[in-house]
Amino acid sequence: MILAFIEQVDGAPTLLSLEVLTMAARLARNMDVPLDAVAIGPNGAAARGILTSYRVGTLHLADDLRLAAYAPAAWAHTIAELADRINAKVVIGTASDRGGEVMAHLAARMTLPLAANCTEIVPGDAFIVTRQRWGGSLLEEAHLKGRVKLLTLAPHALTAEASPNRTEVATQTFAPVLDDKDFRVRLIPQVEADSGKISLAQARVVIGGGRGVGSAEGFATLEELADLLGGAVGCSRVVTSLGWRPHADQVGQTGTRIAPDLYIACGISGAIQHMVGCRAAKHILAINTDPTAPIVKQADYAVIGDVQKVLSAVNAEIRRAKSGHERMVTEAPAG
Amino acid sequence: MPMNVLVCVKRVPATAGQITLTPDAQEIDTRYLGFTISPHEECAVEEAVRMIETHGGSSTVLTLGPEAAVDQLRDAMALGIERAILLETDGREWDPVATAAAIVEAIEAERAAGRSYDLVMFGNESADSAGYQVGVRVAGTLDLPCVTGIKAIEIDQGRAAVRRQTESGWETAEVALPAVLTVKEGLNLPRYPSLPGRLKAKKKEIERITPHWQDGGLEKIRLKLPVQAEHKVEILGKNGDVGAEMVEVFQRLRLL
Repeated sequence: MILAFIEQVDGAPTLLSLEVLTMAARLARNMDVPLDAVAIGPNGAAARGILTSYRVGTLHLADDLRLAAYAPAAWAHTIAELADRINAKVVIGTASDRGGEVMAHLAARMTLPLAANCTEIVPGDAFIVTRQRWGGSLLEEAHLKGRVKLLTLAPHALTAEASPNRTEVATQTFAPVLDDKDFRVRLIPQVEADSGKISLAQARVVIGGGRGVGSAEGFATLEELADLLGGAVGCSRVVTSLGWRPHADQVGQTGTRIAPDLYIACGISGAIQHMVGCRAAKHILAINTDPTAPIVKQADYAVIGDVQKVLSAVNAEIRRAKSGHERMVTEAPAG
Repeated sequence: MPMNVLVCVKRVPATAGQITLTPDAQEIDTRYLGFTISPHEECAVEEAVRMIETHGGSSTVLTLGPEAAVDQLRDAMALGIERAILLETDGREWDPVATAAAIVEAIEAERAAGRSYDLVMFGNESADSAGYQVGVRVAGTLDLPCVTGIKAIEIDQGRAAVRRQTESGWETAEVALPAVLTVKEGLNLPRYPSLPGRLKAKKKEIERITPHWQDGGLEKIRLKLPVQAEHKVEILGKNGDVGAEMVEVFQRLRLL
Protein backbone atom coordinates (compact mmCIF):
# COMPACT_ATOMS: atom_id res chain seq x y z
CA MET A 1 0.00 0.00 0.00
CA ILE A 2 1.14 3.53 -0.84
CA LEU A 3 -0.31 6.40 1.19
CA ALA A 4 -0.37 9.91 -0.28
CA PHE A 5 -0.80 12.76 2.18
CA ILE A 6 -2.70 15.44 0.32
CA GLU A 7 -3.24 19.06 1.26
CA GLN A 8 -6.44 20.74 0.23
CA VAL A 9 -8.05 24.14 0.43
CA ASP A 10 -11.85 24.01 0.82
CA GLY A 11 -11.89 20.49 -0.60
CA ALA A 12 -9.69 21.23 -3.62
CA PRO A 13 -6.31 19.45 -3.53
CA THR A 14 -3.40 21.87 -4.04
CA LEU A 15 -1.42 21.67 -7.30
CA LEU A 16 1.55 20.19 -5.40
CA SER A 17 -0.77 17.50 -3.99
CA LEU A 18 -1.92 16.60 -7.51
CA GLU A 19 1.75 16.23 -8.45
CA VAL A 20 2.20 13.93 -5.43
CA LEU A 21 -0.81 11.87 -6.53
CA THR A 22 0.61 11.60 -10.05
CA MET A 23 3.96 10.33 -8.70
CA ALA A 24 2.22 8.04 -6.17
CA ALA A 25 0.02 6.51 -8.90
CA ARG A 26 3.14 5.79 -11.01
CA LEU A 27 4.85 4.18 -8.02
CA ALA A 28 1.76 2.12 -7.23
CA ARG A 29 1.73 0.81 -10.82
CA ASN A 30 5.47 0.02 -10.69
CA MET A 31 5.23 -1.74 -7.36
CA ASP A 32 1.87 -3.31 -8.20
CA VAL A 33 0.28 -2.15 -4.96
CA PRO A 34 -2.85 -0.10 -4.23
CA LEU A 35 -2.81 3.66 -3.58
CA ASP A 36 -4.73 5.36 -0.77
CA ALA A 37 -4.84 9.02 0.19
CA VAL A 38 -5.34 10.88 3.44
CA ALA A 39 -6.68 14.41 3.89
CA ILE A 40 -6.81 16.20 7.24
CA GLY A 41 -8.72 19.35 8.10
CA PRO A 42 -12.11 20.74 7.12
CA ASN A 43 -13.77 19.69 3.83
CA GLY A 44 -11.40 16.80 3.16
CA ALA A 45 -14.29 14.66 1.87
CA ALA A 46 -14.85 17.14 -0.96
CA ALA A 47 -11.47 16.13 -2.44
CA ARG A 48 -12.88 12.72 -3.35
CA GLY A 49 -14.19 13.80 -6.77
CA ILE A 50 -10.77 14.82 -8.08
CA LEU A 51 -9.11 11.69 -6.68
CA THR A 52 -11.16 9.50 -9.06
CA SER A 53 -8.70 10.54 -11.78
CA TYR A 54 -5.62 9.44 -9.82
CA ARG A 55 -6.13 5.69 -9.20
CA VAL A 56 -6.85 6.28 -5.49
CA GLY A 57 -8.66 3.35 -3.84
CA THR A 58 -9.69 4.89 -0.53
CA LEU A 59 -9.64 8.44 0.75
CA HIS A 60 -9.08 8.35 4.52
CA LEU A 61 -10.49 11.18 6.61
CA ALA A 62 -9.61 11.79 10.23
CA ASP A 63 -12.54 12.33 12.54
CA ASP A 64 -11.35 14.58 15.36
CA LEU A 65 -12.59 18.16 15.65
CA ARG A 66 -9.27 19.23 17.14
CA LEU A 67 -7.62 18.49 13.77
CA ALA A 68 -9.55 21.32 12.08
CA ALA A 69 -6.79 23.73 13.13
CA TYR A 70 -3.32 22.98 11.83
CA ALA A 71 -1.26 21.22 14.51
CA PRO A 72 1.81 19.62 12.86
CA ALA A 73 2.52 16.97 15.51
CA ALA A 74 -1.14 15.93 15.72
CA TRP A 75 -1.44 15.69 11.94
CA ALA A 76 1.71 13.54 11.84
CA HIS A 77 0.41 11.32 14.66
CA THR A 78 -2.81 10.85 12.69
CA ILE A 79 -0.94 9.79 9.55
CA ALA A 80 1.38 7.49 11.54
CA GLU A 81 -1.59 5.68 13.03
CA LEU A 82 -3.24 5.28 9.63
CA ALA A 83 0.01 4.13 7.95
CA ASP A 84 0.30 1.41 10.58
CA ARG A 85 -3.33 0.36 10.25
CA ILE A 86 -3.33 0.04 6.44
CA ASN A 87 0.22 -1.35 6.43
CA ALA A 88 1.58 1.40 4.16
CA LYS A 89 5.01 0.72 2.67
CA VAL A 90 5.38 4.25 1.32
CA VAL A 91 4.08 7.58 2.63
CA ILE A 92 4.58 10.50 0.26
CA GLY A 93 3.67 14.17 0.73
CA THR A 94 4.38 17.55 -0.81
CA ALA A 95 7.49 19.59 -0.04
CA SER A 96 5.37 22.66 0.74
CA ASP A 97 6.06 24.37 4.08
CA ARG A 98 3.20 22.44 5.63
CA GLY A 99 3.72 19.14 3.80
CA GLY A 100 7.42 19.12 4.63
CA GLU A 101 6.75 19.96 8.26
CA VAL A 102 4.17 17.19 8.74
CA MET A 103 6.38 14.63 7.00
CA ALA A 104 9.35 15.59 9.23
CA HIS A 105 7.19 15.08 12.32
CA LEU A 106 5.98 11.78 10.89
CA ALA A 107 9.58 10.63 10.32
CA ALA A 108 10.55 11.65 13.86
CA ARG A 109 7.54 9.85 15.34
CA MET A 110 8.06 6.66 13.30
CA THR A 111 11.88 6.87 13.78
CA LEU A 112 12.38 6.38 10.05
CA PRO A 113 14.54 8.16 7.47
CA LEU A 114 12.88 10.78 5.26
CA ALA A 115 14.04 11.85 1.80
CA ALA A 116 12.95 15.47 1.22
CA ASN A 117 12.44 17.19 -2.14
CA CYS A 118 12.68 14.13 -4.36
CA THR A 119 12.52 14.51 -8.13
CA GLU A 120 12.78 10.82 -9.06
CA ILE A 121 11.92 7.67 -7.12
CA VAL A 122 12.96 4.15 -8.09
CA PRO A 123 11.39 1.49 -5.86
CA GLY A 124 13.30 -1.52 -4.59
CA ASP A 125 14.31 -3.02 -1.27
CA ALA A 126 16.07 0.26 -0.63
CA PHE A 127 14.60 3.00 -2.87
CA ILE A 128 16.94 4.96 -5.09
CA VAL A 129 15.83 8.58 -4.96
CA THR A 130 17.08 11.70 -6.66
CA ARG A 131 16.64 14.70 -4.42
CA GLN A 132 17.35 18.41 -4.55
CA ARG A 133 20.18 20.05 -2.67
CA TRP A 134 21.04 23.75 -2.66
CA GLY A 135 17.46 24.59 -3.62
CA GLY A 136 17.79 22.48 -6.78
CA SER A 137 21.19 23.80 -7.96
CA LEU A 138 22.56 20.35 -7.20
CA LEU A 139 21.01 16.86 -7.20
CA GLU A 140 21.82 13.91 -4.97
CA GLU A 141 21.20 10.28 -5.74
CA ALA A 142 20.65 8.38 -2.49
CA HIS A 143 19.53 5.10 -1.05
CA LEU A 144 16.44 5.45 1.12
CA LYS A 145 15.99 2.61 3.59
CA GLY A 146 13.41 1.88 6.30
CA ARG A 147 10.45 -0.46 6.71
CA VAL A 148 8.22 2.38 5.45
CA LYS A 149 9.68 4.74 2.86
CA LEU A 150 8.96 8.38 3.68
CA LEU A 151 9.35 10.99 0.96
CA THR A 152 8.39 14.49 -0.05
CA LEU A 153 8.17 15.40 -3.73
CA ALA A 154 9.94 18.54 -4.96
CA PRO A 155 7.53 21.13 -6.41
CA HIS A 156 7.05 20.76 -10.18
CA ALA A 157 9.37 17.74 -10.48
CA LEU A 158 6.68 16.42 -12.81
CA THR A 159 3.42 17.62 -14.33
CA ALA A 160 0.20 16.62 -12.58
CA GLU A 161 -1.67 14.25 -14.89
CA ALA A 162 -5.28 13.27 -14.35
CA SER A 163 -6.03 9.85 -15.84
CA PRO A 164 -8.86 9.84 -18.40
CA ASN A 165 -10.08 6.56 -16.85
CA ARG A 166 -11.88 7.44 -13.68
CA THR A 167 -12.07 4.92 -10.87
CA GLU A 168 -14.35 4.61 -7.87
CA VAL A 169 -12.91 6.16 -4.67
CA ALA A 170 -14.21 4.95 -1.31
CA THR A 171 -14.07 7.22 1.71
CA GLN A 172 -13.28 5.95 5.16
CA THR A 173 -13.38 7.94 8.35
CA PHE A 174 -11.16 6.96 11.24
CA ALA A 175 -10.71 8.32 14.75
CA PRO A 176 -7.04 8.55 15.69
CA VAL A 177 -6.14 8.33 19.38
CA LEU A 178 -4.32 11.61 19.94
CA ASP A 179 -2.54 12.98 23.01
CA ASP A 180 -3.00 16.49 24.37
CA LYS A 181 0.75 16.75 23.83
CA ASP A 182 0.20 16.56 20.07
CA PHE A 183 -1.57 19.91 20.30
CA ARG A 184 1.20 21.84 22.05
CA VAL A 185 1.76 23.65 18.75
CA ARG A 186 -1.30 25.00 16.93
CA LEU A 187 -0.90 27.48 14.12
CA ILE A 188 -3.47 30.24 13.93
CA PRO A 189 -3.80 31.82 10.47
CA GLN A 190 -3.76 35.60 10.15
CA VAL A 191 -4.93 36.65 6.73
CA GLU A 192 -3.33 39.94 5.87
CA ALA A 193 -5.51 42.83 4.80
CA ASP A 194 -5.17 43.30 1.05
CA SER A 195 -2.59 46.07 0.73
CA GLY A 196 -3.46 46.56 -2.93
CA LYS A 197 0.15 45.76 -3.80
CA ILE A 198 0.88 42.97 -6.27
CA SER A 199 2.70 40.19 -4.41
CA LEU A 200 6.11 39.04 -5.61
CA ALA A 201 5.03 35.42 -5.86
CA GLN A 202 1.96 36.27 -7.98
CA ALA A 203 3.29 39.14 -10.14
CA ARG A 204 3.38 38.76 -13.94
CA VAL A 205 6.42 41.05 -14.06
CA VAL A 206 9.07 41.34 -11.38
CA ILE A 207 11.73 44.05 -11.45
CA GLY A 208 14.62 42.83 -9.29
CA GLY A 209 17.46 45.03 -8.12
CA GLY A 210 20.95 44.11 -6.98
CA ARG A 211 24.05 45.97 -5.85
CA GLY A 212 24.22 47.57 -9.30
CA VAL A 213 21.16 49.69 -8.47
CA GLY A 214 23.59 51.76 -6.40
CA SER A 215 21.56 52.76 -3.34
CA ALA A 216 18.23 52.39 -1.56
CA GLU A 217 17.10 55.59 -3.33
CA GLY A 218 18.12 54.04 -6.65
CA PHE A 219 15.13 51.68 -6.40
CA ALA A 220 12.82 54.61 -7.31
CA THR A 221 13.42 53.91 -11.02
CA LEU A 222 12.59 50.22 -10.46
CA GLU A 223 9.40 51.18 -8.60
CA GLU A 224 8.46 53.45 -11.48
CA LEU A 225 8.94 50.66 -14.05
CA ALA A 226 6.93 48.30 -11.82
CA ASP A 227 4.08 50.85 -11.74
CA LEU A 228 4.19 51.29 -15.52
CA LEU A 229 4.10 47.52 -16.16
CA GLY A 230 1.83 46.56 -13.26
CA GLY A 231 4.56 44.49 -11.61
CA ALA A 232 6.31 44.07 -8.28
CA VAL A 233 9.81 45.02 -7.12
CA GLY A 234 12.17 42.37 -5.77
CA CYS A 235 15.85 42.34 -4.84
CA SER A 236 18.93 40.20 -4.30
CA ARG A 237 20.29 39.08 -0.93
CA VAL A 238 23.09 41.66 -1.05
CA VAL A 239 20.49 44.42 -1.16
CA THR A 240 18.66 43.00 1.89
CA SER A 241 21.92 42.65 3.81
CA LEU A 242 22.81 46.27 2.98
CA GLY A 243 19.44 47.28 4.43
CA TRP A 244 18.27 48.89 1.16
CA ARG A 245 15.10 46.76 0.97
CA PRO A 246 13.16 44.59 3.46
CA HIS A 247 13.71 40.81 3.42
CA ALA A 248 10.14 40.35 2.16
CA ASP A 249 11.38 41.66 -1.22
CA GLN A 250 14.23 39.14 -1.49
CA VAL A 251 14.15 36.69 -4.39
CA GLY A 252 16.14 33.49 -3.91
CA GLN A 253 16.83 30.27 -2.05
CA THR A 254 16.19 31.88 1.35
CA GLY A 255 13.66 34.41 0.07
CA THR A 256 10.66 34.29 -2.26
CA ARG A 257 10.47 32.00 -5.29
CA ILE A 258 8.92 33.90 -8.16
CA ALA A 259 7.30 32.68 -11.39
CA PRO A 260 6.52 35.75 -13.52
CA ASP A 261 6.20 35.95 -17.31
CA LEU A 262 9.16 38.33 -17.24
CA TYR A 263 11.86 38.89 -14.64
CA ILE A 264 13.89 42.05 -15.20
CA ALA A 265 17.11 41.61 -13.21
CA CYS A 266 18.81 44.97 -12.71
CA GLY A 267 22.42 45.05 -11.55
CA ILE A 268 22.21 41.48 -10.22
CA SER A 269 25.18 39.20 -10.90
CA GLY A 270 23.18 35.96 -10.65
CA ALA A 271 24.56 33.85 -7.79
CA ILE A 272 23.11 30.32 -7.83
CA GLN A 273 21.12 31.10 -4.68
CA HIS A 274 19.42 33.95 -6.54
CA MET A 275 18.80 31.91 -9.70
CA VAL A 276 17.00 29.25 -7.62
CA GLY A 277 14.45 31.94 -6.75
CA CYS A 278 13.77 33.03 -10.35
CA ARG A 279 14.18 29.70 -12.14
CA ALA A 280 10.43 29.51 -12.74
CA ALA A 281 10.34 32.85 -14.60
CA LYS A 282 9.25 32.32 -18.23
CA HIS A 283 11.66 34.99 -19.50
CA ILE A 284 14.58 36.84 -17.96
CA LEU A 285 15.85 40.25 -19.08
CA ALA A 286 19.17 41.18 -17.49
CA ILE A 287 20.50 44.72 -17.25
CA ASN A 288 24.14 44.67 -16.25
CA THR A 289 27.33 46.61 -16.90
CA ASP A 290 29.25 43.31 -17.03
CA PRO A 291 28.56 41.22 -20.15
CA THR A 292 30.22 38.21 -18.47
CA ALA A 293 27.94 38.24 -15.37
CA PRO A 294 26.36 34.79 -14.83
CA ILE A 295 22.86 36.28 -15.09
CA VAL A 296 23.54 37.56 -18.61
CA LYS A 297 24.40 34.02 -19.76
CA GLN A 298 21.17 32.67 -18.28
CA ALA A 299 18.92 35.47 -19.53
CA ASP A 300 16.76 35.51 -22.66
CA TYR A 301 17.40 39.23 -23.22
CA ALA A 302 20.21 41.39 -21.98
CA VAL A 303 21.09 45.05 -21.99
CA ILE A 304 24.71 45.87 -21.25
CA GLY A 305 24.76 49.14 -19.38
CA ASP A 306 24.15 51.12 -16.23
CA VAL A 307 20.85 50.30 -14.50
CA GLN A 308 19.83 53.90 -13.84
CA LYS A 309 20.55 55.10 -17.37
CA VAL A 310 18.80 52.13 -18.99
CA LEU A 311 15.74 52.31 -16.74
CA SER A 312 15.34 56.07 -17.10
CA ALA A 313 15.33 55.61 -20.87
CA VAL A 314 12.84 52.74 -20.85
CA ASN A 315 10.51 54.44 -18.35
CA ALA A 316 10.44 57.54 -20.57
CA GLU A 317 9.82 55.38 -23.63
CA ILE A 318 6.88 53.58 -21.98
CA ARG A 319 5.34 56.87 -20.85
CA ARG A 320 5.74 58.19 -24.39
CA ALA A 321 4.15 55.06 -25.85
CA LYS A 322 1.29 55.23 -23.35
CA SER A 323 0.56 58.92 -23.86
CA GLY A 324 0.71 58.39 -27.63
CA HIS A 325 -1.81 55.59 -27.27
CA GLU A 326 -4.11 57.77 -25.15
CA ARG A 327 -3.83 60.61 -27.63
CA MET A 328 -4.85 58.26 -30.40
CA VAL A 329 -7.81 57.08 -28.37
CA THR A 330 -8.98 60.59 -27.48
CA GLU A 331 -8.40 61.85 -31.02
CA ALA A 332 -10.22 58.99 -32.65
CA PRO A 333 -13.32 60.29 -34.43
CA ALA A 334 -16.58 59.56 -32.68
CA GLY A 335 -18.96 57.02 -34.15
CA MET B 1 14.02 35.87 33.20
CA PRO B 2 17.52 34.69 32.19
CA MET B 3 17.59 31.92 29.61
CA ASN B 4 19.95 29.35 28.13
CA VAL B 5 19.87 29.31 24.35
CA LEU B 6 21.51 26.78 22.04
CA VAL B 7 21.98 27.50 18.33
CA CYS B 8 22.88 24.69 15.93
CA VAL B 9 24.69 25.60 12.71
CA LYS B 10 26.32 23.78 9.80
CA ARG B 11 29.54 24.53 7.93
CA VAL B 12 28.83 24.67 4.18
CA PRO B 13 30.83 25.85 1.15
CA ALA B 14 30.19 29.48 0.17
CA THR B 15 28.96 28.73 -3.33
CA ALA B 16 27.97 31.59 -5.58
CA GLY B 17 28.94 30.74 -9.13
CA GLN B 18 28.50 27.45 -10.95
CA ILE B 19 28.96 24.42 -8.66
CA THR B 20 31.64 21.91 -9.71
CA LEU B 21 32.01 18.42 -8.28
CA THR B 22 35.00 16.33 -7.23
CA PRO B 23 35.95 13.62 -9.79
CA ASP B 24 34.26 10.89 -7.70
CA ALA B 25 31.03 13.00 -7.61
CA GLN B 26 30.85 12.63 -3.83
CA GLU B 27 31.41 16.28 -2.87
CA ILE B 28 31.36 19.83 -4.18
CA ASP B 29 34.85 20.81 -5.30
CA THR B 30 35.73 23.32 -2.60
CA ARG B 31 39.34 24.00 -3.60
CA TYR B 32 38.50 27.58 -4.55
CA LEU B 33 35.65 28.18 -2.13
CA GLY B 34 35.38 29.65 1.35
CA PHE B 35 33.00 28.27 3.97
CA THR B 36 30.05 29.75 5.78
CA ILE B 37 26.73 28.87 7.45
CA SER B 38 23.28 29.28 5.90
CA PRO B 39 21.50 32.67 5.97
CA HIS B 40 18.77 31.08 8.14
CA GLU B 41 21.40 30.07 10.71
CA GLU B 42 23.00 33.52 10.65
CA CYS B 43 19.62 34.85 11.77
CA ALA B 44 19.38 32.17 14.50
CA VAL B 45 22.78 33.25 15.84
CA GLU B 46 21.79 36.93 15.79
CA GLU B 47 18.47 36.17 17.53
CA ALA B 48 20.24 34.22 20.29
CA VAL B 49 22.64 37.11 20.91
CA ARG B 50 19.73 39.58 21.08
CA MET B 51 17.76 37.32 23.45
CA ILE B 52 20.63 37.17 25.92
CA GLU B 53 21.15 40.95 25.60
CA THR B 54 17.47 41.44 26.48
CA HIS B 55 16.75 38.68 28.99
CA GLY B 56 20.18 37.75 30.35
CA GLY B 57 21.43 34.18 30.54
CA SER B 58 23.85 32.44 28.23
CA SER B 59 24.15 31.37 24.61
CA THR B 60 25.92 28.38 23.09
CA VAL B 61 26.62 27.49 19.46
CA LEU B 62 26.97 23.87 18.37
CA THR B 63 27.97 22.24 15.13
CA LEU B 64 28.53 18.73 13.88
CA GLY B 65 31.38 18.70 11.41
CA PRO B 66 35.11 18.44 10.82
CA GLU B 67 37.80 20.24 12.83
CA ALA B 68 37.68 23.08 10.28
CA ALA B 69 34.11 23.89 11.42
CA VAL B 70 35.79 25.63 14.38
CA ASP B 71 35.90 28.65 12.02
CA GLN B 72 32.10 28.81 11.92
CA LEU B 73 31.88 28.43 15.71
CA ARG B 74 34.35 31.31 16.14
CA ASP B 75 32.35 33.43 13.66
CA ALA B 76 29.29 32.94 15.88
CA MET B 77 31.27 33.78 19.01
CA ALA B 78 32.60 36.93 17.31
CA LEU B 79 28.97 38.08 17.11
CA GLY B 80 28.41 37.55 20.84
CA ILE B 81 27.68 33.85 21.42
CA GLU B 82 29.49 32.82 24.60
CA ARG B 83 30.26 29.11 24.30
CA ALA B 84 30.90 26.70 21.46
CA ILE B 85 30.64 22.93 21.13
CA LEU B 86 32.10 20.96 18.23
CA LEU B 87 30.73 17.47 17.59
CA GLU B 88 33.82 16.47 15.69
CA THR B 89 33.52 14.16 12.68
CA ASP B 90 36.06 12.81 10.22
CA GLY B 91 34.51 14.98 7.51
CA ARG B 92 32.16 12.43 5.95
CA GLU B 93 28.52 13.36 5.63
CA TRP B 94 26.05 12.49 8.40
CA ASP B 95 22.43 12.05 7.36
CA PRO B 96 19.57 13.79 9.23
CA VAL B 97 18.84 10.83 11.55
CA ALA B 98 22.50 10.49 12.59
CA THR B 99 22.92 14.28 12.92
CA ALA B 100 19.83 14.66 15.11
CA ALA B 101 20.86 11.73 17.32
CA ALA B 102 24.33 13.25 17.87
CA ILE B 103 22.81 16.64 18.78
CA VAL B 104 20.34 15.00 21.18
CA GLU B 105 23.22 13.12 22.81
CA ALA B 106 25.12 16.39 23.29
CA ILE B 107 22.07 18.20 24.73
CA GLU B 108 21.48 15.34 27.17
CA ALA B 109 25.13 15.35 28.23
CA GLU B 110 24.84 19.09 28.88
CA ARG B 111 21.71 18.51 30.93
CA ALA B 112 23.49 15.83 32.98
CA ALA B 113 26.24 18.38 33.61
CA GLY B 114 23.66 20.83 34.96
CA ARG B 115 23.00 22.98 31.88
CA SER B 116 19.56 22.66 30.39
CA TYR B 117 18.44 24.76 27.43
CA ASP B 118 15.25 26.82 27.39
CA LEU B 119 15.44 27.21 23.66
CA VAL B 120 17.18 25.27 20.88
CA MET B 121 17.32 27.01 17.51
CA PHE B 122 18.10 25.66 14.04
CA GLY B 123 17.91 27.04 10.52
CA ASN B 124 14.73 25.88 8.76
CA GLU B 125 16.93 23.76 6.49
CA SER B 126 20.65 23.53 5.88
CA ALA B 127 21.98 25.38 2.84
CA ASP B 128 23.55 22.28 1.29
CA SER B 129 21.77 18.96 1.94
CA ALA B 130 18.44 20.62 2.90
CA GLY B 131 16.77 17.69 4.67
CA TYR B 132 14.18 19.93 6.40
CA GLN B 133 14.04 17.69 9.48
CA VAL B 134 16.94 17.80 11.95
CA GLY B 135 15.26 20.32 14.30
CA VAL B 136 11.97 18.42 14.25
CA ARG B 137 13.75 15.14 15.03
CA VAL B 138 15.69 16.67 17.92
CA ALA B 139 12.42 18.05 19.34
CA GLY B 140 10.74 14.68 18.89
CA THR B 141 13.40 12.73 20.76
CA LEU B 142 13.63 15.30 23.56
CA ASP B 143 9.81 15.48 23.70
CA LEU B 144 9.79 19.25 23.17
CA PRO B 145 7.31 21.34 21.16
CA CYS B 146 8.67 22.49 17.80
CA VAL B 147 7.68 25.18 15.32
CA THR B 148 9.48 25.47 11.96
CA GLY B 149 10.00 28.33 9.51
CA ILE B 150 9.84 31.13 12.11
CA LYS B 151 10.24 34.79 11.08
CA ALA B 152 9.46 36.51 14.41
CA ILE B 153 9.95 35.49 18.05
CA GLU B 154 8.79 37.21 21.25
CA ILE B 155 9.88 35.68 24.55
CA ASP B 156 7.76 36.50 27.57
CA GLN B 157 7.30 34.74 30.92
CA GLY B 158 8.66 31.38 29.83
CA ARG B 159 6.68 31.33 26.59
CA ALA B 160 7.59 32.02 22.98
CA ALA B 161 5.10 33.74 20.68
CA VAL B 162 6.18 33.05 17.10
CA ARG B 163 5.09 34.06 13.64
CA ARG B 164 5.73 32.58 10.24
CA GLN B 165 4.85 33.61 6.72
CA THR B 166 2.39 31.77 4.49
CA GLU B 167 1.20 32.40 0.96
CA SER B 168 -1.80 34.33 2.24
CA GLY B 169 -0.34 36.12 5.24
CA TRP B 170 0.94 34.88 8.56
CA GLU B 171 0.48 32.03 11.04
CA THR B 172 1.09 32.49 14.74
CA ALA B 173 1.70 30.03 17.54
CA GLU B 174 2.53 30.19 21.19
CA VAL B 175 4.62 27.54 22.92
CA ALA B 176 5.84 27.02 26.46
CA LEU B 177 9.61 26.80 26.87
CA PRO B 178 11.67 24.68 26.62
CA ALA B 179 11.08 24.42 22.89
CA VAL B 180 12.79 23.93 19.54
CA LEU B 181 12.37 26.63 16.88
CA THR B 182 13.67 26.47 13.32
CA VAL B 183 14.02 29.91 11.77
CA LYS B 184 14.20 31.55 8.38
CA GLU B 185 16.14 34.46 7.02
CA GLY B 186 14.16 37.67 7.56
CA LEU B 187 13.84 36.97 11.29
CA ASN B 188 16.26 39.86 11.85
CA LEU B 189 19.11 41.66 10.11
CA PRO B 190 22.30 40.07 11.48
CA ARG B 191 25.04 42.44 12.68
CA TYR B 192 28.59 42.43 11.41
CA PRO B 193 31.28 41.14 13.79
CA SER B 194 33.39 43.80 15.49
CA LEU B 195 37.18 43.58 15.56
CA PRO B 196 37.28 43.20 19.37
CA GLY B 197 34.60 40.53 19.00
CA ARG B 198 36.77 38.64 16.55
CA LEU B 199 39.86 38.89 18.75
CA LYS B 200 37.93 37.70 21.79
CA ALA B 201 36.45 34.77 19.89
CA LYS B 202 39.87 33.71 18.69
CA LYS B 203 41.03 33.10 22.26
CA LYS B 204 37.97 31.21 23.43
CA GLU B 205 38.03 27.53 24.12
CA ILE B 206 35.97 25.17 21.97
CA GLU B 207 34.44 22.22 23.79
CA ARG B 208 34.78 19.02 21.80
CA ILE B 209 32.71 15.85 21.82
CA THR B 210 33.21 12.82 19.58
CA PRO B 211 29.69 11.80 18.53
CA HIS B 212 28.58 8.26 17.73
CA TRP B 213 27.99 7.67 14.04
CA GLN B 214 25.00 5.61 12.99
CA ASP B 215 23.44 4.51 9.74
CA GLY B 216 20.42 6.77 9.56
CA GLY B 217 18.97 5.15 6.45
CA LEU B 218 19.48 7.92 3.88
CA GLU B 219 22.75 7.22 2.14
CA LYS B 220 24.30 9.40 -0.56
CA ILE B 221 25.29 7.48 -3.69
CA ARG B 222 26.54 10.40 -5.78
CA LEU B 223 25.95 14.04 -6.57
CA LYS B 224 25.03 15.27 -10.03
CA LEU B 225 24.46 18.62 -11.65
CA PRO B 226 21.04 19.30 -13.14
CA VAL B 227 20.96 19.24 -16.92
CA GLN B 228 21.03 22.78 -18.28
CA ALA B 229 18.99 23.37 -21.41
CA GLU B 230 20.84 24.92 -24.34
CA HIS B 231 20.38 28.64 -23.97
CA LYS B 232 20.70 31.71 -26.19
CA VAL B 233 20.65 35.30 -25.03
CA GLU B 234 19.52 38.16 -27.26
CA ILE B 235 21.53 41.30 -26.57
CA LEU B 236 19.13 44.22 -26.96
CA GLY B 237 21.82 46.83 -26.84
CA LYS B 238 24.87 48.19 -25.13
CA ASN B 239 24.72 51.42 -23.12
CA GLY B 240 23.08 54.17 -25.22
CA ASP B 241 19.33 54.30 -25.59
CA VAL B 242 17.68 50.88 -25.68
CA GLY B 243 14.26 52.10 -24.48
CA ALA B 244 12.53 51.31 -27.78
CA GLU B 245 14.02 47.80 -27.98
CA MET B 246 12.91 47.03 -24.43
CA VAL B 247 9.40 48.36 -25.04
CA GLU B 248 9.20 46.07 -28.06
CA VAL B 249 10.09 43.09 -25.82
CA PHE B 250 7.39 44.12 -23.33
CA GLN B 251 4.88 44.33 -26.18
CA ARG B 252 5.99 40.96 -27.59
CA LEU B 253 5.38 39.40 -24.15
CA ARG B 254 2.03 41.24 -23.95
CA LEU B 255 3.01 43.18 -20.87
CA LEU B 256 2.13 46.51 -22.48
